[in-house]
Amino acid sequence: MTIEVGGKVFETDEEGYLANLSDWSEEVATSMAGIDGCELGDNHWEVINFLRSYYEEYQIAPAVRVLTKAIGKKLGKDKGNSKYLYELFPYGPAKQACKYAGLPKPTGCV
Amino acid sequence: MNTKSEFAVPTLKEYPQIPVIQIGAMSHSKPFVAKAEHQQPLGFPGELVDDWQQVALRKMEELLGKYRALPVFLDSCVKCGACTDKCHYFLGTADPKNMPVARQDLLRNVYRRYFTFAGKHFPRLVGAIDLTEEVLEDWYRYYHQCSECRRCSVYCPFGIDTAEITMAGREILASVGVGQKYANEIIGKVHKLGNNLGLPGPAMINTLEGLEEEIEEDIGVAVKLPLDQAQADVLLVTPSADFFAEPHVDGLIGYAKVFHQAGISWTLSSYASEAANFGIFIGNYENMQKVAQRIRDAALELGVKRIVVGECGHAWRVAYSFWNTLIGPFDFLDPNYPVPQHVCEMTYDLIQRGALQFDRERNDDKVVTFHDSCNVSRASRMGNIPGGQFVIPRALIKAACNHFYDMAPETIHEHTFCCGGGGGLLTDDLLELRVKGSVPRMEAFKRVVEDHGVTHMAAICAICKSQFAKVFPYFEFEMDAIVSVHQLVGDALQLGVER
Repeated sequence: MTIEVGGKVFETDEEGYLANLSDWSEEVATSMAGIDGCELGDNHWEVINFLRSYYEEYQIAPAVRVLTKAIGKKLGKDKGNSKYLYELFPYGPAKQACKYAGLPKPTGCV
Repeated sequence: MNTKSEFAVPTLKEYPQIPVIQIGAMSHSKPFVAKAEHQQPLGFPGELVDDWQQVALRKMEELLGKYRALPVFLDSCVKCGACTDKCHYFLGTADPKNMPVARQDLLRNVYRRYFTFAGKHFPRLVGAIDLTEEVLEDWYRYYHQCSECRRCSVYCPFGIDTAEITMAGREILASVGVGQKYANEIIGKVHKLGNNLGLPGPAMINTLEGLEEEIEEDIGVAVKLPLDQAQADVLLVTPSADFFAEPHVDGLIGYAKVFHQAGISWTLSSYASEAANFGIFIGNYENMQKVAQRIRDAALELGVKRIVVGECGHAWRVAYSFWNTLIGPFDFLDPNYPVPQHVCEMTYDLIQRGALQFDRERNDDKVVTFHDSCNVSRASRMGNIPGGQFVIPRALIKAACNHFYDMAPETIHEHTFCCGGGGGLLTDDLLELRVKGSVPRMEAFKRVVEDHGVTHMAAICAICKSQFAKVFPYFEFEMDAIVSVHQLVGDALQLGVER
């Protein structure tokens, strides 16, 4: 599968996750979200940017508690929980947010 | 990617009903095929091999010789029909090929054609069929519509183990180059990084430190989650979902509180950071052995005296039933404790000895039921009494909660229904199957919700927990209605009291 953004074609897996992390750009994220009928606001970007910087350091998406803690610090304690993250990313923060952030899909019993 | 489903979600009925069959209802369902990069590290060919028919039959011959139960299971079915309405996937999808006997026959008919006298000479008389591409495709579809839960086997008068046939089917498929992406990618990650998630050591350290901070902020007690601590008494191996996901992580916190309060020195391992063993799901002995071996190596390296297994259904089956021959002997461990020991057994034993005190009122906001996970229920045991695997988790819940109700008797203990996502099927490309296959369990849950005001379902399997969190909302239940047994234990446990 592929995704076309701004005239360029990028390879993805069967579910639309980018095959190459380096293909990611904000435009790619916006375009992926658009396909799902989701408009990315500032709070979405907070999550996406945190995922990307965590991945850069640890080569894996953050565990849910690592993510909720970080988002709670940035956006306020009332938003530092998975309920809020599910409001932002109804398909699940671990999967949907990772996709927009250009990260591979988390695997395992999750 | 949206939350609206692309298939019709079944409505829950008050009582289970055997559906009218719909031929081909799930013939479109199949998981993504593994790419070469997910096949080759496991020792399988990267794509469908040219002479796949010969390779498949040679593999079948090998398995028939290696696993002596397999030819017995293939020979002994008399088509009595006892299994037909026992499978959650049949009940949920109405596809007749999901009747366990019919799913087995996909392999059995080919076995007859090539390995029995009657099938070789009079194939039509005995329903023997040639191994065609169409048959191979049916194997791929329907051997990924069995969660190897073995409920049908409980009702089979001959004790035919359907899961063994599914495993053989999957092993043959992978051997000709058509493996399943979800399972094989995960096994590759365990070989490379030590866990299903692909969680590297530094990320584990970061995650565990964060959890320690969180516990201390919550309850003011410095409960530790030690990693790679040599000479600890206990090595805890647990599904990596316990580090990563909800509600699993609250179970991990619960184990840590139990260790803390009991004063047991324990450690996790960054090398063996996974209890799960998907090698069993794909029926491949070599991969199962290799995945398990990491745990033995870590235990020896760290110099522990005991191995305790966290809340993971099939991991407990592999540990309880297969470790001894896979990676044993365990003569280096303390024989005064069960080898291996389930974390529920450990907590239960501590309660029996008066080492743990509970404040049950802390769970008074919950009315709890328990979902027996298939591999624990039908393929293992806990404690030293028959049925201990049913008694012990319930005893833990009752020690920690005032309000507990069981689901209907025909849906618990050895009769338990699969969550719908077991056996390597917990993947989004099989979501329709997972939702439909959860129906019998959802119906039983709905009844206790309505009759007793049950608010939460507790489980001791990472797959069950993720599956329920995913499918509950399809049936108007809250996704956080699923909890870990050790979350309940940890929340009610009195820390710091004299033991």
